[in-house]
Amino acid sequence: MNQEANDRLLLRERARPADSRLATRLRTWLLRHAQVFFGSLGRLARTPVSTLMTAAVIGIALALPTGLHLLLQNLQQLSGGWEGAAQISLFLREDTSEGEAEALLAQIRKLPEVAGAEYISREAALAEFQRLSGFGEALAALDENPLPAVIVVSPGLLHASPAATEALLGRLRALPAVDLAQLDMQWIQRLYAIMAIVERTVAVLGLLLALGVILVVGNTIRLAIQNRRDEIVIIKLIGGTDAFIRRPFLYSGFWYGLLGGILGLVLVGAAVIALDGPITELAGLYQSSFSLQGPDAATVGLLLGGGILLGLAGSWLAVGRHLRAIEPR
Amino acid sequence: MIRFTKVTKRYPGTNDALSEVSFHMAPGEMAFLTGHSGAGKSTLLKLIALLEHATRGQVIINGQNLAKVPRRRIPYVRRDIGIIFQDHRLLYDRTVFDNVALPLIIEGFPEREIGRRVRAALDKVDLLRREKAYPVTLSGGEQQRVGIARAIVTKPPLLLADEPTGNLDPELSAEIMALFEQFNGVGVTVLVASHDLDLISRMGRRMLTLKDGRLVGDTGAGAAA
Repeated sequence: MNQEANDRLLLRERARPADSRLATRLRTWLLRHAQVFFGSLGRLARTPVSTLMTAAVIGIALALPTGLHLLLQNLQQLSGGWEGAAQISLFLREDTSEGEAEALLAQIRKLPEVAGAEYISREAALAEFQRLSGFGEALAALDENPLPAVIVVSPGLLHASPAATEALLGRLRALPAVDLAQLDMQWIQRLYAIMAIVERTVAVLGLLLALGVILVVGNTIRLAIQNRRDEIVIIKLIGGTDAFIRRPFLYSGFWYGLLGGILGLVLVGAAVIALDGPITELAGLYQSSFSLQGPDAATVGLLLGGGILLGLAGSWLAVGRHLRAIEPR
Repeated sequence: MIRFTKVTKRYPGTNDALSEVSFHMAPGEMAFLTGHSGAGKSTLLKLIALLEHATRGQVIINGQNLAKVPRRRIPYVRRDIGIIFQDHRLLYDRTVFDNVALPLIIEGFPEREIGRRVRAALDKVDLLRREKAYPVTLSGGEQQRVGIARAIVTKPPLLLADEPTGNLDPELSAEIMALFEQFNGVGVTVLVASHDLDLISRMGRRMLTLKDGRLVGDTGAGAAA
């Protein structure tokens, strides 16, 4: 470079980036962000062991509630499969004719909440009772069939919750031909109560572990800030804004969160694979084709997105607390 | 450009580091700040660079009363001041080029402009061939020149230097001073703290002398020979 051109460049009136075109400024801004974004990843990659350790802590903390959430999802799916057991028995009035009963059956089958309904005539009921109860002889002594006709209603999958089933029961009970409507809901209610407890536990645990992730990332970033103290001082001295100084640390938090999320996903996936065999075997013993479902797209998104958000939150916390304290002297 | 009005700086539990200092430097002026170590030279420079706030009195830089600059505006005030530190204050994990480019990156200069300006600045301090080196591989004098390149690369209207020739041999010191004069020649205000009285007196510029925090001598503006 020749001396004259240099002097002209350095000594002429001060050029300001603000004078350049908007597109140029935007491109520069994006370039800087991309540089810091990947630069902070590179910085983490230069200390792979400590980075992985931090990411592993985050991963485990995220995997725990995710795993429980997955368990719950599977349980809900399984209880959906048991919906056949949540049957409502409608005992029809004695004076209901065969034809009326058929009409009623058709009417009930059309209800959106109902998955299926089956009609058991008085004769069929008697035959079944005779077969199963062992009172065949005694019943034969009766000159009249004491059993009413029954319609057995199975609520649909979407309406299997206790409240919805209860509502359906009320509607069916109001039908004129129905003498008595019965539902044994106790076990469903118990199951749902247990699931509600598990759900709440997952929420509380998730909240605590999220807090843990924030603190882990916060502490890691705090150490990174301490390590780069001199650099921060120098950048402040030559006019770097807080935002400029904050940027690499926030991006580090982002990467920690993302890496932790990915590790958490790997852990959950490994657990699902490890458990799937024995569970399929157990389900087979119950004549069920149930098999463990892995995390769905929403769960994966929540895990990765949540990890990133927590990472950012942790670094934001650390940066907010500690950058201010570092001032050039 | 620089106006001190009865400025006093007191650190808790000590005597006044500066007391009742008043002077004025016009834009485009060049002056030297001298005095024994502990006389208050560094404190005075720190007040200008907003590293410290005056306990009493008023410091006005570039028309801005520094006492009234809110915290978030401080970086923008500092961008107008090129500071050369006695201890260089370089980033040791970055190359010479990246160190000099830092002020331009902070200000958001476009990439192409950064390359041209950094090389021009490095050429000025005769370090162009070391642009890829890391500061630790440089001598003290070379590190000092990297610091100077970083201070001038944005062509700030005010240049402060704290003992810039402290580690340099006389020949190099003279070169650096000539560089400051060159910048001063194009309108940059230059204030150099130094106790190298030999060199300063040869320059024949305005001289502010501090003693125990008081301004005891000022050869006055226009004293240039």
